[in-house]
Amino acid sequence: MLKNRIIPCLDVKNGRVVKGINFVDLKDAGDPVEQAKIYSDGGADEICFLDITASNENRNIIYDVVRKTSKKCFVPLTVGGGIRSVEDINRLLNCGADKVSINTAAVENSKVVIDSSKKFGSQCIVVAIDAKRNGDKWEVFTHGGRNNSSIDALEYAKQMEENGAGELLVTSMDRDGTQVGYDIDLMSNISSKVNIPVIASGGVGNLDHLVDGIQLGKASAVLAASIFHFGKYSLKEAKEYLDSKGIPVRI
Amino acid sequence: MNVTIVDYNSGNISSVINSFREVAKDKVNLAVTSDLNKIKSSDKLVLPGQGSFKSCIDALTKIDGLTDALNEFVMINKKTLLGICVGLQMFADMGYEETETKGLGWISGKVSKIDNQNGKYKLPHIGWNQINIVKDSKIFRNIENNSHMYFVHSYEFIPEDKNMILATTDYSSNIVCSVEKENIFGTQFHPEKSDKAGLKIIDNFINL
Repeated sequence: MLKNRIIPCLDVKNGRVVKGINFVDLKDAGDPVEQAKIYSDGGADEICFLDITASNENRNIIYDVVRKTSKKCFVPLTVGGGIRSVEDINRLLNCGADKVSINTAAVENSKVVIDSSKKFGSQCIVVAIDAKRNGDKWEVFTHGGRNNSSIDALEYAKQMEENGAGELLVTSMDRDGTQVGYDIDLMSNISSKVNIPVIASGGVGNLDHLVDGIQLGKASAVLAASIFHFGKYSLKEAKEYLDSKGIPVRI
Repeated sequence: MNVTIVDYNSGNISSVINSFREVAKDKVNLAVTSDLNKIKSSDKLVLPGQGSFKSCIDALTKIDGLTDALNEFVMINKKTLLGICVGLQMFADMGYEETETKGLGWISGKVSKIDNQNGKYKLPHIGWNQINIVKDSKIFRNIENNSHMYFVHSYEFIPEDKNMILATTDYSSNIVCSVEKENIFGTQFHPEKSDKAGLKIIDNFINL
């Protein structure tokens, strides 16, 4: 039976982890390679790096981070943030990323998803959708949530599946950082609309939220950042909890 | 011993390279190449494969003499080869992804789309699934039955001779996820991304 995945996400800026694990005795708490290794040893089903580096001159650092991480972690590694072109994707994959997550570029230029999924296969193309509720629908935002594209998120999700996305990483902007739980309506609506796996993101504050994301939101995988970083829960605790609720997980 | 990962532009093989380097350390000489002489003189080959069946076959045939070299290696010299993901699928006679495409024909059978039962099962089959080992093999030495492996695929290999099947995984139906025919081994899952159990399979292959 296919297991639901738990994916810890690390925000990386200028090659350093921004909100890092601060509960273990690390030599260098800001080192993404070391933190990824802790997650992978702890049972992470996948590791996600979100590069939030703003300045262009430091954009190259992430490649080095990915290169080093992929030599130490033997679970899938997804890298997102600032990907603009097929060439960016090619470079990340060559450095050892298994998947890339594309956000703004997928909205602005549909060819990026179409061309890259043809070139590298759908299995490595994740489209990240940042969605915000507006009345009875959700709209897609770009540029780290700053710009409203006014595109309907459900229609967009379907379009991205047709364009060749292998998975959708859906983040509720209303919930992100609030720790009150995923936007279950958003997740279940998108998941019912498409036949590709949906990764739920944004809003996790406790382990019941992970359960809800899968059972109610119909997500195939759940992504979380702060509940793991700050040592509130370990991956092992999270998996055991999901298991106790009848959700298939890899233990 | 020389182990060669066949680099034929089949997509992203850096994870395969990293995992083999991790396991091989100084025990074996590991090469990554499309050079025909190096491939022929190698003791073992790894045939990775990402993307579609057609794109992988196209990429193989684009390199002059590669398909012949592989055939000679496997069918005449009977040397050991491991196919991973589409690398395994290409063992088949025929694949049906994008369009009907002839495979390498090493293990009779076809590659067709997983039956998603009218949308009940999402495709691709992405994530960790357990393998049911149906036949003893050196490649699964010290691998517990029902171990978790990482999968990413929408198509499945259906061999004609069920005796070729080493393991299956349950997704919509019992999908063939590992095969063995004499010197030819294959995994539909990605040992390079399957944590410790996956690295153990790579180690087993190197030690065959």
